[in-house]
Amino acid sequence: MNKLFAMFLSFLKIGAFTFGGGYAMVPLMQAEVVDNRKWITEDEFLDILVISQTFPGAIAVNTSIFIGYKISGVRGAVLALFGTILPSFFIILLIVSFFMQFRDNHYVSLVFKGIGAAVPAMILAAVISLTKSMKKNYLNLTIILLSVASISLLNVHPVIVILVSGLYGYFFLGRKVE
Amino acid sequence: MILLELFTAFLKIGAFGFGGGYAMLPLIEREIVTNNQWISYREFIDIIGISQMTPGPVAINSATFVGYKVAGIWGSVVATLGVVSFSFILVTIASHYIIKFKESRFSKSVLLGMKPALTGLVIAAFISLAKKSYLDVKSVIIGLIITAMLFSKRLHPILVIVAAGLLGIIFYSF
Repeated sequence: MNKLFAMFLSFLKIGAFTFGGGYAMVPLMQAEVVDNRKWITEDEFLDILVISQTFPGAIAVNTSIFIGYKISGVRGAVLALFGTILPSFFIILLIVSFFMQFRDNHYVSLVFKGIGAAVPAMILAAVISLTKSMKKNYLNLTIILLSVASISLLNVHPVIVILVSGLYGYFFLGRKVE
Repeated sequence: MILLELFTAFLKIGAFGFGGGYAMLPLIEREIVTNNQWISYREFIDIIGISQMTPGPVAINSATFVGYKVAGIWGSVVATLGVVSFSFILVTIASHYIIKFKESRFSKSVLLGMKPALTGLVIAAFISLAKKSYLDVKSVIIGLIITAMLFSKRLHPILVIVAAGLLGIIFYSF
């Protein structure tokens, strides 16, 4: 199968089954582009995930564009973008034009209660993927704990946390990469 | 012209909405409810509810929804393109340079600092979501079953989502 077409299909799947936004898509995206297709390595995937946080816009969209570009240049980026957004686009169109009342259906609401309970588990799987790729040392543990505390307890904006940690890396961790 | 206004409003949302997903909601609300008054606050709450039930980024969902309400199919096309345009241009240019300078000391050291911080971000997202999602015993049990399925790595995540929907019917029917 044509690589670009296969890539478009993968991103359609990702767009159609990502509930709960951004981080919940990590397990699915990893299964598609890293484990099944081996288009990029796990390390590259996690780097892209990190960089995507620093850009404005939807995280799932930014990550897809990055991966698409990495796999196949600008054409790859365009296909990844449309693959990711088309499912939500058509589903929302269907809902606003026909099924505004579908939300009140008993079984539909039960299905979504189940999915709602699954989303945090998806995000937990993303945490595990991220920690697997990191060195287990006190420095990393400290940065993790400080980030959690500043977001969960002090309500610092996540982008600020990412930028500060990037600056920290630039000024203090440079010797580690040489 | 309404299509152009829709495009610029969503371009702004895409360009200034840092942090993705629910972090973008206040900005979306200001643009479409307060400034342009395209939809009411109740409809805005409706969009959030629908976004939680439908796949895809909340920014895309709200762009499509509002665009349709304001100007039909073309409205939804224009608004959706608006919200992703800035990301597309910025990320494409950035990835060009990032791939080129991937091995540089600069990007390596910056990533070394950012990776654990991202882990912290995701843990924080887990905490805030788990607090809202796990309010009864049934949801905790579903969460545990799903976690086990994900970690066994035998099932594709799509099947896990389908299983979660079935578990919802099974557990909450009784």
